[in-house]
Amino acid sequence: MATTPQSTPETGPETQPELPGPVLYYNETVLEHFTRPRNVGALPPADTDGFGLVGDPFCGDQLKLWIAVRDGRITRIGFKSFGCPGAIATSSMLTELARGRTIDEARKITDDDVIEALGGIPERKRHCSLLGVRGLQAALSDWEARQAADGTT
Amino acid sequence: MIYLDHNATTPLDPRVLESMLPFLRGAWGNPSSPYRFGQEARAAVERARSRVAECLGCRPVEVLFTGGGTEADNLALRGVVRALRGRGRHVVTSAIEHPAVLRTCAALEADGCRVTQAAVGADGVVDLAAVERALGPDTVLLSVMHANNETGVLQPVAELAELARARGVPFHADAVQTAGKLPLRLATLGPDLLSLSAHKLHGPKGVGALLVRHGTPLDPLLTGGEHERGLRAGTENVAGIVGLAEALALACGTAEAEAARLAPLRDRLEREVLAAVPGARVHGAGAPRVPNTTNLAFPGIDGESVVVALDLRGICASTGSACSTGDPEPSHVLTAMGASPRDAQGSVRLSLGRDTRAEELDVVVRALVEVVEQLRAISSL
Repeated sequence: MATTPQSTPETGPETQPELPGPVLYYNETVLEHFTRPRNVGALPPADTDGFGLVGDPFCGDQLKLWIAVRDGRITRIGFKSFGCPGAIATSSMLTELARGRTIDEARKITDDDVIEALGGIPERKRHCSLLGVRGLQAALSDWEARQAADGTT
Repeated sequence: MIYLDHNATTPLDPRVLESMLPFLRGAWGNPSSPYRFGQEARAAVERARSRVAECLGCRPVEVLFTGGGTEADNLALRGVVRALRGRGRHVVTSAIEHPAVLRTCAALEADGCRVTQAAVGADGVVDLAAVERALGPDTVLLSVMHANNETGVLQPVAELAELARARGVPFHADAVQTAGKLPLRLATLGPDLLSLSAHKLHGPKGVGALLVRHGTPLDPLLTGGEHERGLRAGTENVAGIVGLAEALALACGTAEAEAARLAPLRDRLEREVLAAVPGARVHGAGAPRVPNTTNLAFPGIDGESVVVALDLRGICASTGSACSTGDPEPSHVLTAMGASPRDAQGSVRLSLGRDTRAEELDVVVRALVEVVEQLRAISSL
């Protein structure tokens, strides 16, 4: 039986083939991070050096993200998310990418980094990965503000 | 696999497949051909028309075969509006219609029609007073679905038909979710036009019908040959039409018994989920509904996440809301019923069918409880 090839030479291994039609399909890595998300949960207030709360302007999704910072490095990170599998999996992967990084390194993590680490995400779910990055940026800014506040008091 | 998405589609009944095969194999003639080989196909189409008419309480001449439910809706809306363009340019519909009606209304609006969407109550039932207020001297069509595809809530078609008839306005009802599930008679149900789709009642995809009460003004969408009394040109999908008639005959014969079997199964499923999942609700629970559908709300989590998690456990369910289709808008049906966008985002539709067994629902309840618990543990809300 003749079959239509699913991928073209331009489709690299890191991009997920976009199946036609309205429904979205996730790859195995995304599904794995969805079913077993890493770094779930709030950090205790005493351990929290930065906190971010962001909402997705495209849908009702929401992300809360906590970081603990020691010697300019993210030593602990936790998240909670209300959202689709794309939002949960990208948030989970983001926390994996950010954990152990310096503040400067964490600042440079992009939504493309998250998508690449997951091996791709359906095109219309790209905004989900931005939610995680924005959550991390918000937590980092909160950390900076707390540092500044500590410096002035 | 446990399949609980019968409002999306249903498996083809093996008896329906058998009825179709002769017209895909040997009897492939064109029903419009003058020789006996063509007449064999013609006879099959007309026999199917008579069977559909008998099942749905109308005359064979009142049955038009189409390429599915969406086409039937398009033909009803565009066809009536065009036929009555000399009389007015106003259409009344409801806020909870299927996109096949809603987006067709939007297209008619772009062409210069005025469209009024009547509101629904919190129970998902269209507000009759709002419909009555909306009907005006230039109204040429009322279109309200028989049962909503997301909630299963039945609409008061008999009362709507009275309102429309009193003003001489043709009334169309999308019966895609009720045909084959409830006993329907065009003669007594009320609407002048009724859409249905074969694949929702264990027939093949790509074929449906529009029932048109004798005397209802209608122009064709597709012009060409004189097929379907000149109202739907194109060589007939003979095997599909035969399959539709067979599926409908099978469904109509068992509709009452199936409804009586499914309603308690659905009700028990709801009771068990509500008892086991704190905060869970049923959208449209207070209204009469088709017996196979339940739309469950799980505040604090996302419906697509539930659907994907169920899929990973071998259970097929659906959500009409939010990101599941890549469409960031929450369900227009649930928001019309007053649900907040976030509540609408947390809803899951389960639709039972002929193959659904009680043991399967026990598995589904356990899976739902687990999945909701896990997602709530992750949830930031």
